[in-house]
Amino acid sequence: MPVITYRKALNDALAEELARDENVVIIGEEVAQYNGAYKVTEELWKRFGDKRVVDAPISEAGFIGLGIGASMLGLRPVVELMFWSFAFVAYDQIVNNAGCIRYMSGGLVNLPLVIRGPANGGTTHSHTPESSLANHPGVRVVCPATAYDAKGLMKTAIRDNDPVFVMENTLLYGETWEVPEEEYLIPLGVADVKREGRDLSLIAHGRAVMTSLKAAKILAAEHGIKAEVVDLRSIRPLDEEAILQSVRKTHRAVLVDENKPFCAVSAQIAAMIQEKAFDDLDAPVQRVCALDAPAIYSPPLEKQQLPTAERVVEKVLSIA
Amino acid sequence: MGGFLHLYVGQEAVAVGTISLCDEDDQIIGGYRTHGHALAVGLTMNACMAELFGKATGCSKGKGGSMHFFAPDKNFWGGHGVVAGQTPLGLGLAFALKYKGVKGCCLCFLGDGAVNQGAYHESLNLASLWNLPVIYIVENNRYSMGTSLQRSSVYRKCLAARAEGYDIEWDRFNGEDIYEVRARTWKAIQRARHEPRPSVLEIATYRYYGHSVSDANAKKYRSPEEIERHRKLHDPIQLWQKRLLEEGILTADQAAEMDEGAAAEAAEAVRFAEESPLPQKADLFSDVYYEVDRQTRAGRTGRYFFND
Ligand SMILES: Cc1ncc(C[n+]2csc(CCOP(=O)(O)OP(=O)(O)O)c2C)c(N)n1
Ligand SMILES: [Mg+2]
Repeated sequence: MPVITYRKALNDALAEELARDENVVIIGEEVAQYNGAYKVTEELWKRFGDKRVVDAPISEAGFIGLGIGASMLGLRPVVELMFWSFAFVAYDQIVNNAGCIRYMSGGLVNLPLVIRGPANGGTTHSHTPESSLANHPGVRVVCPATAYDAKGLMKTAIRDNDPVFVMENTLLYGETWEVPEEEYLIPLGVADVKREGRDLSLIAHGRAVMTSLKAAKILAAEHGIKAEVVDLRSIRPLDEEAILQSVRKTHRAVLVDENKPFCAVSAQIAAMIQEKAFDDLDAPVQRVCALDAPAIYSPPLEKQQLPTAERVVEKVLSIA
Repeated sequence: MGGFLHLYVGQEAVAVGTISLCDEDDQIIGGYRTHGHALAVGLTMNACMAELFGKATGCSKGKGGSMHFFAPDKNFWGGHGVVAGQTPLGLGLAFALKYKGVKGCCLCFLGDGAVNQGAYHESLNLASLWNLPVIYIVENNRYSMGTSLQRSSVYRKCLAARAEGYDIEWDRFNGEDIYEVRARTWKAIQRARHEPRPSVLEIATYRYYGHSVSDANAKKYRSPEEIERHRKLHDPIQLWQKRLLEEGILTADQAAEMDEGAAAEAAEAVRFAEESPLPQKADLFSDVYYEVDRQTRAGRTGRYFFND
């Protein structure tokens, strides 16, 4: 099976969907002539032209709102945010309009729209808004961890008839994974066990899945602990069954999450596990989140602020 | 009836004059003061009244309320509660028309207070940059809540003239004369359909009632005499009726009959709304996701709601 980068997998997904459906249109800053700030849209403008791949000025509220409006008439805009942190200047469009229009129209309007981009990188650029966005019924939030998932989830997101927010990661763009040449789709709301284990469940999404896999290797090699790694892939909808199944098997859970701890995705999952699998637990549910301060610049500290494999191992050893 | 209620009374010639020029390819979107627009696109009084009453028979099934009337089958895309939040959406409707090669336009309504929002300015730049067939119609009723135009905005000439900075054609005219509204709007519609280019129209108008249901300061920021003067001398319906009578197109009897008919229709709408069923608790969770409503594979996969 070919091994390609996360970036290329996204690029292939976009190219395939552009070719498949003429209503798909890519809009964003630097997506066309510049090839994308992170080269996710490389070559697409050359191949599909001005109509399908559109460079926008720096007006996130304007062009995201435009994407929402265009989706009301049946286009399938894929709007790129250079960083998800810039979503805040367009929050009204994203939350009030993309999130609520279907509901407040009594279901008369639907919005087949994707907003995508990286959700990490620099104090004002590093926010991980999946927790706050998944807070809003009406939207879907997806956080692929591997090239394989990125491609399959992106294609599904584009074909979905509700707004889907895809959160990528600049640190994953260059990571490689096996990706088949044949077409495939991954449904939203299906988690993936990235590593089987019986002693403890590491539950994560996005880049924290990679951190968890690293930690699982160390735990196996150095401590004889077989950790299972559950990749949520999608935050809303959420594969609750997969989480509970794993916890019922291992009886211990450590949630690994690049969100800040307060009201993080992992907070929701911890609440859910204690409500639904309390009797299966042999230890309290633990979390390893980003350290609770704005994202620091200083590179060595920045690395420690996000969950590291070492911190995960330490947390696991405290309950296993 | 609860929540917000922004009455349109006094501004009727704007919605009726502009929307009466639309054909099947033109799209309409506005803010929260849009009851007049909803009726002008052909929503029934029953559907609107039931929505105000929060009933399942309302145009948005009682889920949207006064600020969120929708009728996509009549090209009416709401009904939006956040000031100027609809301005990029109108841009998107125009973008989709152009993308699909349809010779239509989008009329996007906003207030004189909304022109100070960033989203509107971003929209103007994009509309001009991408030659989109959108017409921003600023209904200048001289107040945003209790703040007069003079206390909220600086401008040369008028609010619409700000469009010059974006190289957009603009016009300003009096909204008390429906013929004037139609004639001047028509030019912008032609420009949108055929060039296509955007326009900004500022239409002078006036609201008689308070800003919303609660407008505790209604008597403080403007005088009762000012309201009375507008009702007497500048009411668009009275002025049009007078003209039709003078021209012999309408008789006094016919006018009275129309008034009675409208009053009866409104009374019937109230009865309809009162007798209509409320939405059920289960309806809380429908119309959130398209895929869930239709129970497609996507809608059946994973958990969508987190009540327990
Ligand atoms: C972003 C935002 N800020 C404030 C409000 C509260 N608000 C609702 S209407 C309004 C006044 C708007 O005035 P204008 O644009 O002139 O429209 P009009 O009410 O006169 O039709 C305000 C401040 C809001 N709905 N949205
Ligand atoms: Mg006003």
